[in-house]
Amino acid sequence: MKALRFALLALSRDWRSGELAVLLAALLVAVTALTGVGFFTDRIGQAVDQRAAEVLAADLRLRSAEPIPESYEALAAEQGIETARIISFPSVVFFGADSALTAIRAVGPGYPLRGRLKIADAPFAPARETDELPGRGEVWLDSRLLARLGASIGEKVNIGASAFTVTRVLDYRPDQGSAFVDLAPSLLIPLADLPATELLGPGSRASYRLLFAGTPAQIRDFRDELGERKSKAERLESVDEESPQIQASTKRAGRFLNLSAIITVLLAAVAVAMAARRYTRRHLDNVALMKCMGAPQRFVLQVTVIELALVALVAALVGSLLGYLAQELLTRLVGDLVTVGLPPPTLAPALMGGATALAILVGFALPPLLQLKRVPPARVLRRNLEPPPLRYSVSYGLAVAALLGVLYWLVRDVRLVGYLAAGIAATLAVLYGAGFLLVSLAGRMRGAVGVAWRYGVANLARRGRESVVQVVAFGLGLMVLLLLAVVRNDLLKDWRASLPADTPNFFMINIPVAESTEFVQFVEGRGLPTPQLFPMIRARMIAINGRPIDEVVAGNDRAQGFAEREQNLSWAEQPQLDNKIVAGRWWEEADRGTAYVSVATEYQEDLGLALGDRLAFDVAGETVEAEILSFREVEWDTFRPNFFLVFSPGTLDGLAGTWLTSVKLDVEQRKMLAELVRRFPSVSVFDIDAILAQVREVIDRASIAVQYVFLFTIAAGITVLLAAIQSTRDERRYESAMLRTLGARRRVVLAGVAAEFTALGMLSGVLAAIGATLAGWLLAREVFDLEYTIDPWVWVIGLVAGAVIVGGAGTLAARSVVNHPPISTLRES
Amino acid sequence: MLTILDDVSLQIVAGETVAIVGASGAGKSTLLALLAGLDEPSAGGVWLEGTELSALDEDGRAAARARHVGFVFQSFHLVPSLTALENVMLPLELAGRRDARAGARAVLEQVGLGPRLGHYPRQLSGGEQQRVAIARAFVTRPSVLFADEPTGNLDTATGGRIIELLFNLNAANGTTLVLVTHDRAIATRCDRIIEMDAGRLVSGR
Repeated sequence: MKALRFALLALSRDWRSGELAVLLAALLVAVTALTGVGFFTDRIGQAVDQRAAEVLAADLRLRSAEPIPESYEALAAEQGIETARIISFPSVVFFGADSALTAIRAVGPGYPLRGRLKIADAPFAPARETDELPGRGEVWLDSRLLARLGASIGEKVNIGASAFTVTRVLDYRPDQGSAFVDLAPSLLIPLADLPATELLGPGSRASYRLLFAGTPAQIRDFRDELGERKSKAERLESVDEESPQIQASTKRAGRFLNLSAIITVLLAAVAVAMAARRYTRRHLDNVALMKCMGAPQRFVLQVTVIELALVALVAALVGSLLGYLAQELLTRLVGDLVTVGLPPPTLAPALMGGATALAILVGFALPPLLQLKRVPPARVLRRNLEPPPLRYSVSYGLAVAALLGVLYWLVRDVRLVGYLAAGIAATLAVLYGAGFLLVSLAGRMRGAVGVAWRYGVANLARRGRESVVQVVAFGLGLMVLLLLAVVRNDLLKDWRASLPADTPNFFMINIPVAESTEFVQFVEGRGLPTPQLFPMIRARMIAINGRPIDEVVAGNDRAQGFAEREQNLSWAEQPQLDNKIVAGRWWEEADRGTAYVSVATEYQEDLGLALGDRLAFDVAGETVEAEILSFREVEWDTFRPNFFLVFSPGTLDGLAGTWLTSVKLDVEQRKMLAELVRRFPSVSVFDIDAILAQVREVIDRASIAVQYVFLFTIAAGITVLLAAIQSTRDERRYESAMLRTLGARRRVVLAGVAAEFTALGMLSGVLAAIGATLAGWLLAREVFDLEYTIDPWVWVIGLVAGAVIVGGAGTLAARSVVNHPPISTLRES
Repeated sequence: MLTILDDVSLQIVAGETVAIVGASGAGKSTLLALLAGLDEPSAGGVWLEGTELSALDEDGRAAARARHVGFVFQSFHLVPSLTALENVMLPLELAGRRDARAGARAVLEQVGLGPRLGHYPRQLSGGEQQRVAIARAFVTRPSVLFADEPTGNLDTATGGRIIELLFNLNAANGTTLVLVTHDRAIATRCDRIIEMDAGRLVSGR
């Protein structure tokens, strides 16, 4: 109680006298930056999630082969969750004497719950978004279907026992998917018109879907509840199971954003540590005095801890508020760039900001402050008495623990935390070693340079450990700035380059083997590059290592999905460029004649497969069995044709298959599609422009976010520089007063200070360039799966920025110190 | 190991005023630190008001200081971030006293600083700063006051006024005074003079 009262008093007095200003400012910048980033990325993240949810046309989807009970809708309505129904089944649509197989989708009001439909007024014509649905007696057909039937808008087509008027061309459904599950072209009719078609009888192959949409929290709870209630035949699907492309790019986006947040935390921590060191130094005398007056160690400790906690509380509250305002300003500034309205932020970032403030204080400020407890009271008589140095295990252990804790909380990715921690540790070690090198060399360099440099460099050498700490701090700050300014650009460029302008936007599948030559000639004849054909054979998995598949996947929803779905098998001599073998090996000439298969990692994880397992498939009544020779990581977001299952050459010979290809068509070239569909009626054309656009938007949006998050991080970096300069301010003031008393002119003293900071900055800059290059390379290779090319500019910018920023800021900050009248300085000390 | 004090045996009775004199490095400040319980001897013992200080741990000694001891230093040791009043309130607040403000104000008025309560140390002259320090030393009504070269940083005239104040307050409170000084004139005002040389007492036992 007494300690609390005293801590409050001490806090208010420290605040009033400006003693706490540096520490609080460092912490405030940290929390502001962190919560600002947090609020912003939270909103962007939500927006990205929402966009990704469009792939399902919902946040959550229930699928069944049987009609879905209405009680689920009632349950959802109780919790304020939106619902919509879809029933889809294959059937034939007639137009006069022409007919075509189609996937009929009867949709209820509200569909789609996420994303929007796109419609056009003529086949393959430019499309527009709409919130409408086909009215009673109306049907929307997709371009391929219209082209195949030769029908046009306004004409009537027959579906089962009913006739429907074609009112629109259906261009895009958010849930049309990219996995070629729905092979047949589709059409949309109102759910209410379905009974009249009399197509839906017992035993018909219909698929029933119920869509749900709500807030993330609502959906989480609802998902759990529904998971318990649903029957075995009903399957719950969420976004991550659909579209691996979207998943891959949102994951990358998240990593970019988290990287920025982590760097901000790190810088803040460095600034806080330096501020705390200064605070401790300035309080040694006061604490000795308090002890002299009879304050016990425990009391000193209590007061210190309570004061620290209060500072954390103030920083957390004010910082979160500022962070929120900064974020608000930010979203207003980028309002024009972010086209879709951002959802409001959640409270989570504020909580995180508070917890992080506390963690940074405990990890980085508490160790030096703990020393106050151990100040010898006899310091009041002999000022040179210092508290015993902290044990390294305490000072660094706490810091490392706090940092790892915060990193893990932010990233939730053990591997990324590992790399970051290793990168930071290596950088610190290199910087520290180089700092010592400089300090030991300084003595020899001294004689060769002018008086200002001699004084500056001598200062570096004399400060020894202090100089090393500063080199490390500046080096780290600069490294982060470089990493963000230069390496970030390279990473973003590489990421964008992974989806170049000539990325194919149309897939063509079901190309009959007999027509393949003619097909290639047709495409070439339209002035397009020769398409590369990939074999594709449809099959069902029937057994793993001899055990029937139903038995293997029982009780595992995702595995069940893979097992139930029809699979596209392919074979290849060489692996695709965007595939990376993560286990096992690719086949060689010597393996010819043995049945091998290479399996994508998604498959491996969901089915729990191991190298050497034997997979058996049913291909149109024939059984194919092959041994797993390798696992591949596939970059789905490159949009090149890729397969979960690739077999060794010869394994699939003699099985009924077709070819698949992808082409890039611009708007003008698309006109040939109608002709192509008529000429090769069995070929199915898939427009993946929409999903491509979706991925590009995710990338662009994340890029914008990273750019702005970068501003916060720069603010944190500048605080580190200021804290470092501030930490030696008292000493500098005293030295400058001494030198001027001895007759040194103001300019000479200032030049010495400038020399010292410039030397510090140049060294830090070079070290930062080494660190940034290494870290960038590691991050690109191991975290973002991108090729990284070394940028020589990092070195130039590092050196120049170091000299200019550190030298400039240092000299500027030290100017007031040098200008301070020497007599008043000497009197105060 | 360096021997700083050797074979020192000394008793000071309640209410006595004692001056410790000697050249620089004679061990005056070290003796003061031991007597006040700021430091512990490597051998031997120190008793304060019947308590063996050398048998206590640091917190124990801190408690003893809080109960019995006040200090005045050569370099004043005022907290630069606190006003004159707050500096004097500090020991009372550390003792958890609710009447800190009133008590501190009374003593500051006694030393003639009533009009300067809200001033910070940097706004006060050297003599004024030492008067604040003296007020701070007496505000807890200690039974023993230790003063380490209280006039060392002051000119002769100011120093004389400070010594006057110190002895007057001491007499008024009946405090035991242990004064370290190299100024013979000040030392002669004390009941007893203890002279030190090279860590030993040479006279005044």
